[in-house]
Amino acid sequence: MNPAYSVILFTTASGAGYGLLSLLALAGASHGRASTQAFAFTSLFIALTLITIGLLSSTLHLGRPERAWRALSQWRSSWLSREGVAAIITYPIAITFGACWSGLVDAPALIAPLGYFTAFMCLITVFCTGKIYSSLKTIRAWDNPLVCPIYIAFALATGAVLTAAIANTFGRFVIFQAILAMVAIVASSVLKFIYWRKIDNAKRSHTMAAATGLGEGVRQWEVPHTSMNFIMKEMGYVVGRRHARKLRLVVLFFLNLSFLLMYLSTNWQWLTYFAVPTMAIAAWVERWLFFAEAEHVVGLFYGKQSA
Amino acid sequence: MTSLPTPSAKKLGLVIDLDTCVGCQACATSCKEWNAQGDSGPLTDTDPQGKNVTGPWFNRIHGYEVKEQGRDDSRIVNFPRSCLHCEEPACVTVCPTGASYKRAEDGIVLINPDTCIGCKLCSWACPYGAREYDYTQGVMKKCTLCVDRIYNTNLEPEDQVPACVKACPTGARHFGDLGDTSSDVSLLVKERGGYDLLPEMGYKPTNKYLPPRARRNTEQAHIEKLPKSDGSTMEKLFLWADKLLSNKSASAAANPQDDSGKLEG
Repeated sequence: MNPAYSVILFTTASGAGYGLLSLLALAGASHGRASTQAFAFTSLFIALTLITIGLLSSTLHLGRPERAWRALSQWRSSWLSREGVAAIITYPIAITFGACWSGLVDAPALIAPLGYFTAFMCLITVFCTGKIYSSLKTIRAWDNPLVCPIYIAFALATGAVLTAAIANTFGRFVIFQAILAMVAIVASSVLKFIYWRKIDNAKRSHTMAAATGLGEGVRQWEVPHTSMNFIMKEMGYVVGRRHARKLRLVVLFFLNLSFLLMYLSTNWQWLTYFAVPTMAIAAWVERWLFFAEAEHVVGLFYGKQSA
Repeated sequence: MTSLPTPSAKKLGLVIDLDTCVGCQACATSCKEWNAQGDSGPLTDTDPQGKNVTGPWFNRIHGYEVKEQGRDDSRIVNFPRSCLHCEEPACVTVCPTGASYKRAEDGIVLINPDTCIGCKLCSWACPYGAREYDYTQGVMKKCTLCVDRIYNTNLEPEDQVPACVKACPTGARHFGDLGDTSSDVSLLVKERGGYDLLPEMGYKPTNKYLPPRARRNTEQAHIEKLPKSDGSTMEKLFLWADKLLSNKSASAAANPQDDSGKLEG
């Protein structure tokens, strides 16, 4: 599949934003009001900005961005619509939580329920994002039960690294934050490793023979058009598959590097700042590969023997 | 609404005969011609006279070579590919806006170009590559089964069929109600063993493909072998005439390896 940068930015930035927001919400739910308003405002601002950048970026992928609001209407059947609805619902809840948590509104009793609710909505939204892709039976690499857990794990890992870096800036860094980030990074690495093993070994159950109905001895003789069409541009992306092995190692390298930096940050707290870019690179390359590696069934009509 | 309607009794669709299709592209071009000016228009091709022409077409004609088991020769099958108007189309249910829908009355799958946001998710959900993005209009386009022809009473009755069906010079495309078991198309499917594409994916395509008929004995179609020399007087006469008439030097220049002047065979 063609890895559109707008969609990669959408899934990684909003994932990091929801990961950060959910961790802040859980921190508020368990510890009550934030230590300082500056910390609460800054961290919430970063989380909501990342989410908003991600969502706006997703509309750049649209042919008609001005009609994006229409995407909220079909939540009964469409995961893309559900993702939009969940994202919209999360905003007012997160802002209400932020008002109570920062102390702007004096309602300490509401912090915990609003915090849990915010974290829950973050989880739902990221789950819906993953489901947009994993609900497509036409793409073998996405039609996989690990896709949603991986989206959630990467959201938490990027969010946890951000939490540690922001907390460090405000002198609120505690070792628990580093441990949390390390756990999320390990979870991401393990899930991704198993996922790659699975998609590499999965049976290619769809064949050109079944697609054309012409039997085992069928092969492409003549293509239907002399230049590229939309289908070839969108589904026929091969660069990612060619370099998949190397890029997978890049992802694992940056995940390990982020893990190491978080581990060392328990002694040298300033290292949390370096973990932010390394984790961002890991998430970006992982997401690029998620799209670029995926093969679409339609390739069977264009000469692929199995998919 | 992108939730699917209860399946209609009427299931309009196409039956494509792979035995008689000659791959002439008449269906593809007449489809483009009709739809470029109708509801789906303008279906603009970008760089139309250049090297990288691209644009939405609803019908693409593939050519496949089929090597049958136990034979050393193969055959060419022309294979038109367009929307199959599935009974359970994933392209409809994934649509976030409701622009993509399946008609309750006749099962035709359509896109409302006024509400489509161009997210392209439907094209990802379709295994048949039936939906193409219109880069100039920012919306998805697809086969409408010529909904603006088949119910169009301004047209002559014989023209109230999809443009591709009307254009096909070999009668390889048939249009009708596949929900009615006694319709011409249903009987044709039954008689010729019409089949679904990628049936295991479960989208239940309405359109059916008729397989190429079994080959006749092709032994007699081989190139006739040259007769063996029989050494008769008549043949010697011809050999002599051939030698006499052949310009030796010209023959030698054209065919330096063989200047014997002997008749091959």
